[in-house]
Amino acid sequence: MDPSDGAVIKTAGLSKSFRGFTAVDRVDLTVADGDVHALVGPNGAGKTTLFNLLTGFLKPSAGQIMLGGRDITGSSPERIARLGVARSFQITNLFEQLTLQQHVELALMGTTKLGHRFWVSDRVLTKFRARAGELLDEVGLVRQREVPAGTLAYGQKRALELALALALDPAVLLLDEPTAGMGMEDVERTVELVRRIRTDRTVVLVEHNMSVVAGLADRVTVLQFGQILTEGTYDEVRSDPRVIEAYLGGESAA
Amino acid sequence: MTALVFRKLAAMPRLWRLVAVLGGLLIALALPWLIYPPIAMDIVAWALFAVALDLLLGFTGLLSFGHAAFWGSAAYTAGTIAIETGAPFPVAVLGAAVVAMVLAVPIALLAVRRTGIYFAMVTLAFAQMVYYVANQWRGLTGGENGLQGIPKNLFGLDLSDPFYFYYAGLPIALIGLLIAWRVVHSPFGRVLVAIRENPARSRSLGYPVDRYKVMVFVISAGLSGLAGGLYAVSHGFASLQEVYWTTSGKVVIMTVLGGIGTLWGSMIGAAVIVQVEDYLATSGIHIGPVNITGPGLITGLIFVGVVLLFRRGVWGTVAHLLRRRRHVPDAEPHLSGTTVPAAEQEPAVAPKS
Ligand SMILES: Nc1ncnc2c1ncn2[C@@H]1O[C@H](COP(=O)(O)OP(=O)(O)OP(=O)(O)O)[C@@H](O)[C@H]1O
Ligand SMILES: [Mg+2]
Repeated sequence: MDPSDGAVIKTAGLSKSFRGFTAVDRVDLTVADGDVHALVGPNGAGKTTLFNLLTGFLKPSAGQIMLGGRDITGSSPERIARLGVARSFQITNLFEQLTLQQHVELALMGTTKLGHRFWVSDRVLTKFRARAGELLDEVGLVRQREVPAGTLAYGQKRALELALALALDPAVLLLDEPTAGMGMEDVERTVELVRRIRTDRTVVLVEHNMSVVAGLADRVTVLQFGQILTEGTYDEVRSDPRVIEAYLGGESAA
Repeated sequence: MTALVFRKLAAMPRLWRLVAVLGGLLIALALPWLIYPPIAMDIVAWALFAVALDLLLGFTGLLSFGHAAFWGSAAYTAGTIAIETGAPFPVAVLGAAVVAMVLAVPIALLAVRRTGIYFAMVTLAFAQMVYYVANQWRGLTGGENGLQGIPKNLFGLDLSDPFYFYYAGLPIALIGLLIAWRVVHSPFGRVLVAIRENPARSRSLGYPVDRYKVMVFVISAGLSGLAGGLYAVSHGFASLQEVYWTTSGKVVIMTVLGGIGTLWGSMIGAAVIVQVEDYLATSGIHIGPVNITGPGLITGLIFVGVVLLFRRGVWGTVAHLLRRRRHVPDAEPHLSGTTVPAAEQEPAVAPKS
């Protein structure tokens, strides 16, 4: 791939089958540098599976994934994370017993080489304290910084997911339904946050809340049955009869 | 998983921790005055072994059921070095630890591909292979006769009295414990706990989980080797028992008994088991003609009892109660939470009367 064509993520024929069932089917997705790119589609369309492929948690059955001109097909999750791709999980995926402070410290440390040092005191982590506080403040959790994550409400866990992804200071941020389970106020805060942080990164966003998509996305890709149904701006996609059909069909089938 | 007691301990005022450390040190120094000195040395060696296992079991969430491989191969190595070269015994013990670490590398590389019970099975399988080799390689290990006459050399000092040997050996164990403590309270230790809590999430934060597991496995094996080498020199003898699977089981029992993820708990568990087994070995309890204190039975019963009564192990439960006393909320849900709604119902009934 030519890096100068402005694509940060480019997949070619990307497919994933689970025992004969094809969850992601020959997807050619191009995410342009600096865009907020929304992935929408009915339940079971393959959005999360696509994220799992992009972040190395699943190995593709076929196809290729390029990250800024580098082939990352088959790379491990930790390697992809270190290449600057961070993700939040749809199903909250935290360290239940660790405090929020420890969570963010861990994420901040993830971009350094500190983790291998078994011979120094963990007091060196206090250098992350201020930054951790800032990040927790950004997602509205600074008052709970000493609380174990297991005790948080669902929406707060979503916010912590976001703080963790941000702590990695990624070039590419993959957010899987970041506002699911949040109240109106938190949804707005999250939208604001994404708007602020997008300035120097690329965001891929899986989102069911269409007003969030409308407010944030430069491009929208619609997935159905693992395939790309259509792609365009929000307005283009919204008026596409196939999309309306897909959503109605998806609902009635569910 | 079990209580994250080390963090609770860390939350205690510094004074508490200082008291605990000084108290532990005092007990360690006084031990051969209080009990039969060879048993004191056994306790110290097993305590280090249990702590080494706890690095894996309590702090990384990996159950090794093959740590006898490291303890035992170290016992033979320390013995061989001491016998063949006449080196000072700390050198022999250190050499043994290095050999245990080298042995741990291939085992770890293969075992970390599995988790849970499969990890335990892989480690057990490797330990059985080591046992087999030790049994066959009579020239080195003495087979069923064991490796006898391991000298306690230290610059011409006479350490034949177990009382004096204890004080010569104790620093080695203390250094091992210090290493374990440092590992737990390091950035690396933080990552281990993260891996225990959620390996997939740790990977998405950029941590190569398998590499961390291999590292901690090798460190754990090294400390186990230090313990096993010390044990063999102390006894002047290394036997097949040291590489047998029951030794792997015993150290797991010690760690779980004391409370995993606590370091202190492992030491307490080791002390209890060594004492109980010594007591049973010297004065068996008979019911009719049957000696019910056959190897493992009573230990097993105590183990089952403690696990049923104190889910967090001995030390884990103590630390938990201390914390409750001070009204520090627990990190994890516990039973007392279920009693709250019942108490809240009471006022609703009261106005009736
Ligand atoms: N590990 C797996 N094994 C088998 N089938 C799977 C697996 N993961 C996902 N699937 C299937 O693949 C399909 C796509 O799932 P995926 O989670 O990617 O959907 P989604 O678009 O994220 O849906 P939602 O909007 O509900 O989150 C579903 O039918 C799901 O059952
Ligand atoms: Mg999904």
